[in-house]
Amino acid sequence: MSHYALRLEKVSKWFGGLRAVDGVELAVRPGERRALIGPNGAGKTTLFNLIAGALPASEGRITLFGDDVTRLAQHRRAVLGLTRTFQITNLFPNLTVLDNVLLAAQALTPAKFAMLRPLGRFTDLDARARQALAAVGLEDRAGATVRHLSHGEQRQLEIALALAGKPRVLLLDEPAAGLSQAEARLMTALLRRLDPAITLLIIEHDMDIALEVAQHVTVLHYGRVIADGPREAVKADPTVREIYLGA
Amino acid sequence: MRDRRAVVVGVAVAIAAAALAPTLSAYPLTLLTQAAIVAVLAMSLDVLLGYTGLPSLGHAAYFGVAAYAVGILATDHHRGFLVCLAAGLVLATLTAAVFGLLAIRATGTYFLMITLALGMVVWGLAFRWVSMTKGDNGIAGVPRPDLGLPWSLGAPLPFFYFVLAAALVAWTLLGLLVRSPFGLTLMGIRESESRMRALGYNVWLHKYLAFVISGAFAGFAGVFWAYYNGFVSPVDVQLVTSVETLLMVALGGPGTLAGPALGAALIVFLKNFVSVYTKRWLLILGAVYISVILFAPRGVLGAFRRR
Amino acid sequence: MSLEFWIVQTFNGLSYGALLFLLASGLSLIFGVMRIVNLAHGSYFLLGGYVGLSVIWKTKSFPLALLCGAVAVALVGVGMERLFLRRLPGQTLGQVLMTVGFALIFQDLALLIWGGDPYSLPLPAWLQGVVTAGALRFPKYRIFIMALATVIGAVLWLALDRTRVGAMIRAAVDDAEMAQGVGIRVPTVSLGVFALGALLAALGGVIGSGFLGVYPGLDFEIMPYAFVVIIVGGLGSLPGAMVGSLLVGLLDNFGKALFPELAYFTLFAPMALILALRPTGLFGRT
Repeated sequence: MSHYALRLEKVSKWFGGLRAVDGVELAVRPGERRALIGPNGAGKTTLFNLIAGALPASEGRITLFGDDVTRLAQHRRAVLGLTRTFQITNLFPNLTVLDNVLLAAQALTPAKFAMLRPLGRFTDLDARARQALAAVGLEDRAGATVRHLSHGEQRQLEIALALAGKPRVLLLDEPAAGLSQAEARLMTALLRRLDPAITLLIIEHDMDIALEVAQHVTVLHYGRVIADGPREAVKADPTVREIYLGA
Repeated sequence: MRDRRAVVVGVAVAIAAAALAPTLSAYPLTLLTQAAIVAVLAMSLDVLLGYTGLPSLGHAAYFGVAAYAVGILATDHHRGFLVCLAAGLVLATLTAAVFGLLAIRATGTYFLMITLALGMVVWGLAFRWVSMTKGDNGIAGVPRPDLGLPWSLGAPLPFFYFVLAAALVAWTLLGLLVRSPFGLTLMGIRESESRMRALGYNVWLHKYLAFVISGAFAGFAGVFWAYYNGFVSPVDVQLVTSVETLLMVALGGPGTLAGPALGAALIVFLKNFVSVYTKRWLLILGAVYISVILFAPRGVLGAFRRR
Repeated sequence: MSLEFWIVQTFNGLSYGALLFLLASGLSLIFGVMRIVNLAHGSYFLLGGYVGLSVIWKTKSFPLALLCGAVAVALVGVGMERLFLRRLPGQTLGQVLMTVGFALIFQDLALLIWGGDPYSLPLPAWLQGVVTAGALRFPKYRIFIMALATVIGAVLWLALDRTRVGAMIRAAVDDAEMAQGVGIRVPTVSLGVFALGALLAALGGVIGSGFLGVYPGLDFEIMPYAFVVIIVGGLGSLPGAMVGSLLVGLLDNFGKALFPELAYFTLFAPMALILALRPTGLFGRT
């Protein structure tokens, strides 16, 4: 019996009296492209934070390829192959684009403890970093300082950072946030090009992008899953339409 | 790859200093020696502050602990240079290792406060543990090391070369550190701890290592300070010393290594220059501090801005 | 160690704690509202002592010395906040470093104006002498300090808890952005709290000069005590400052009496314990 790439069982998170995430059940197969949608405040980013380990779950179980990670610290989940990007761009602003990705590339290797050898000697890390940059189309900007990149380029770099670590499960938090129409189209193309071996879970506010990239959709509302299934079925679901059109 | 310029300039400065030294009289020579030692101290703080983004106001503790180790061992126990050096380094590193466990959980202002308090603990010990440290009187008569060389290190010129060599060793090691993958990790932590965690780094561990390494190099400077000054006292571990060190880093440009070294030289020369004309060094230091923060904000605060 | 020893040391510790409360409460409130640690706080204590001293030399009036010391330094605090700290809105670390610069300036100015000799505040007649209880003698001045600190503590507590201004301060401590959002003028509250903190510290300085004395270096010597109080008690918490200052006062006193050579080291233990077990302090917010 093969494992789900990511499995959430009755996962909840409450802050005082507020239930931000309420009894969420989620089962994502390896290689699946799953979109997580829902109106603002539905608890999507909180759910991501729970999966990634940035927030501890109040209740429930989270498993990654069969391993229980519920109590595992955030950085250890990354070691197991779970990576996330941020909705509000979270890069290393005063470092170069290449350095940003190098940090991602060396994160899960013992090289990060090397103190007496210059970075330039680690050619395999350099190659891996440049590969990730090429995958998102930023190979020409390797020497630029991140602070000076355009918003669109920074969103691309967000993904490059996630890819450099060779993740098994990738959580993308609104990758198209703040992008123009043209940039969003490029982003969608980028996402569709991603290695099919990686399992993707995407939060996306823009329904069109979400449904284009993902075959399977989970809808969240007030912290609860209210629909879960193939995209055509969810698109046609009357409750979902009500939430999006009625809201 | 990375700022080769700094290395070139630094080497050039060192060569120039070495070449000029024989032409200088004793006083400027001792100032240069002092600047070299304090530069190592400033660079050690830069690793913690400029590269990792942790503002410590207690750095004099590790400097002073090593100086005291030398002071005690070289006078009452007549130990040679290598023993004193080893003892100073070990003691400074141990102190940083213990203090780091307490301080590294905190960030920003809270971290500043804790390091300040810990620094004062060391000062208090220096002041009150009279049986060990001779308290306010300090430990006098620290002899220059006898390395069996044909030139006595009691003379300013040979001692200057001795210190210069040590400073270059420290600078080389620190330079390698900040250009290594570990150095990049520290900068990543400075820029965004949350991202580093998400990428898989054990941020606490790296910060702790930076803290201990930084303390060790501060101790290295402290060892040479004891020999330079011939005298170790609570002044070496007092808050003002930590404050001066922080200013050296801020003034020179945090996160560059060369900047703080320059800042150290500037402060040493300024202090000695000012002392000739007025006793109001602290007043001027304070004013310089406030001016740097107000008018050179990117230099000072650019390093502090983290997510 | 006789019972007398314990009683006397406890008394001394509590009276020292009372003094520390005056110093630390202001620092804690300043942190709570402005998120900065005022490293010139020890300087306020020192300046308060010196000003009080000058006033009592000129006028022989103890109440006047208290008033002038407190007000003069409060004004200094206002000046510092308005003219300097406010230039770096939001940059807490820059502001903290600025206070360091001021601490150096104040220290040197004090040396310039009052010289290097240590002084002690000449106590008014009604505060001199001791109160005897059996074989024990308790200095009246220390009793006065405890009484005054208790009154001030009670007033602060009530003010914070019951008055509208107090509610505004508590709101700003809790969430400055939200407070601003509901119409509370946070910059004004910050200024007020900063001035209040300076006033309390200076008051502590005047009073402290009666039994600690005033001398160059007192400012930096007393600061770690304030820090340990608020690390132990919790940043931004008034009850924390109360409990913390009593604890620190007692520990320091017993430490000095039992292990005189270890000085600040006796503070090190509780601070380390708290940092290890409960980093936000006894009453701190997580």
